[in-house]
Amino acid sequence: METAITVRDLTKHYEDVTAVDHISFEVKKGEIFGFLGPNGAGKTTTIRILTGLIRPDEGEAFVAGFDVLRNPIEAKQRIGVVPEVSNAYIDLSAWENLVLIGRLYGVPTQKLRENAMNLLKEFGLYEVKDKLVRAFSKGMKQRLLLCTALVNDPEVLFLDEPTSGLDVESARLLREKVNQYNRDGKTVFLSTHNMEEANQLCHRIAIINHGRIAAIDPPENLRAQSMELQYIEVAFNKPINPQEFSQNPNIIKAVSAGNKVRIYTANPSAVIEFLVDFAKKKRLQILSLNTMMPSLEDVFLKLIRGKEAAKQ
Amino acid sequence: MSQFTEQFRRSFVIAKKNIKIYYSKGPVIIFGLVFPLFLALAYVIGRNISLKEVLPGLIGMTTFFTATSVGPSIVPWETRSKTLERLLCCPVALWTIIVGDMLSSFIFGLIISAIPLALTLVLTIEPLKFIILLFGLVIANLCFAALSVLLSAYPPTDIPATSMMLSSLVKFPLVFISGVFIPVEQLPQWGMTIASISPLTYFTDLTKQLFLNKGFYPLALDFLAVAAFAVAFIFAAVKLHEKTLAKRLS
Ligand SMILES: Nc1ncnc2c1ncn2[C@@H]1O[C@H](COP(=O)(O)OP(=O)(O)OP(=O)(O)O)[C@@H](O)[C@H]1O
Ligand SMILES: [Mg+2]
Repeated sequence: METAITVRDLTKHYEDVTAVDHISFEVKKGEIFGFLGPNGAGKTTTIRILTGLIRPDEGEAFVAGFDVLRNPIEAKQRIGVVPEVSNAYIDLSAWENLVLIGRLYGVPTQKLRENAMNLLKEFGLYEVKDKLVRAFSKGMKQRLLLCTALVNDPEVLFLDEPTSGLDVESARLLREKVNQYNRDGKTVFLSTHNMEEANQLCHRIAIINHGRIAAIDPPENLRAQSMELQYIEVAFNKPINPQEFSQNPNIIKAVSAGNKVRIYTANPSAVIEFLVDFAKKKRLQILSLNTMMPSLEDVFLKLIRGKEAAKQ
Repeated sequence: MSQFTEQFRRSFVIAKKNIKIYYSKGPVIIFGLVFPLFLALAYVIGRNISLKEVLPGLIGMTTFFTATSVGPSIVPWETRSKTLERLLCCPVALWTIIVGDMLSSFIFGLIISAIPLALTLVLTIEPLKFIILLFGLVIANLCFAALSVLLSAYPPTDIPATSMMLSSLVKFPLVFISGVFIPVEQLPQWGMTIASISPLTYFTDLTKQLFLNKGFYPLALDFLAVAAFAVAFIFAAVKLHEKTLAKRLS
């Protein structure tokens, strides 16, 4: 499998912080790769290095087959970018914005007209194409930014928190478009601190914190890595003291949650058998019983806390 | 080489964008049109001298102010409106953007230069001198435009007004020591020394040679000096912007 992005030992220091700390990873062609991390984790810094805006202090990076440090123009020629802090020109119309960016990529006039027209139609901006962007809502501006990122038919698309600040509807449209673009075999690199977004969109997720990568895996695997975070919720017809379960070796922890008991376990099936026996013995009725997988959020917090604990 | 030409072409795309957006911005109109106009009126009115005597200083001054009116504010403006980062993501070198900004400042100066140029036609100037003046104007506009973009590099502010003000702090003293108001030969020794490091001195001297047949420096030196300043300003602007760019990305 060919790689679209290769990163080796990338490091960037600012005065007193190490924004990115010796990170390495590869993104395959045709993959949607997510960078998930809290504020200040180093997501934007990484994207800025990969898109040729800033130079790293150490390490190397290849994007679309070109060395970003040695050959930034060639690399940039093949990518599309929606930066975190950026804007379209509000004194230009949507159409003029697209034409400006298209020309800066050297897209031939005929092709540029075609691309701009199709993109504006696809993103529902065709009717307002001659209006100044000044009059656009935030969602419309963000859609336009995605259009400008796609106007050169890029091989790799970089999105830095593309849906932050958007309402549900606009965010959904944006994700849909990213998926659609990916179905054509293109690579997407996106950063987010929204777990659900990462879960829905990404084939693989890198969890980054304090400039270091804590884990890289598909969302399912990330969850599976934290099996002890899964739990069973059970409700009986009479109140139960969770302490009664503490003897069972399969049970990590049991706490009451409303009228239910939440039982953390790495072995749900054994615990379910145990609960059924328990109910029979005590002449209780089981009103409900659910097995809950850990959410990506649980995994995320666990990974990040784990790393922090290991550091101390 | 082909990559260089392609980048240079993209500079023109940037310049076109600047023309659309920044020519009609308030500070550009004020510093580039209103201000030079009143300065020119103040310069001419009340002085009982012929058009021929007035023109050299007038051309020098107006060219200097108009050509430096667009440049200082573009980069701060784009920093503030967050369009700079979008631009930098495109396959353009930083010099491509800087040269594009210079071009738009240069074209503004060139367009306004048509007014004093038209005035010279009233004087029935010799064709050869007219052509020399034309060349002089092109090089001078380029030189001043480059200077104005250089002035926007430091400090890396995102407030256009700050950059405008700081560049005015450089521009006004330059006008006073450049032979516009006081001829260079009437300056004391130290004044002449300072005058010799101002590009405007050589351009004013050049126009004086053409209209009044008296110059302080040889004509060739005037040309050479303005051209040399232009090249130096272009390189310095690119280098300095490269240095301060990281501070503009927040
Ligand atoms: N230009 C800069 N100067 C100094 N420090 C910086 C600069 N840019 C980033 N940093 C620091 O580097 C670290 C990583 O920042 P970065 O913007 O990459 O985080 P992020 O993951 O994108 O965060 P967010 O989710 O808030 O966008 C932070 O501690 C930040 O303060
Ligand atoms: Mg960020």
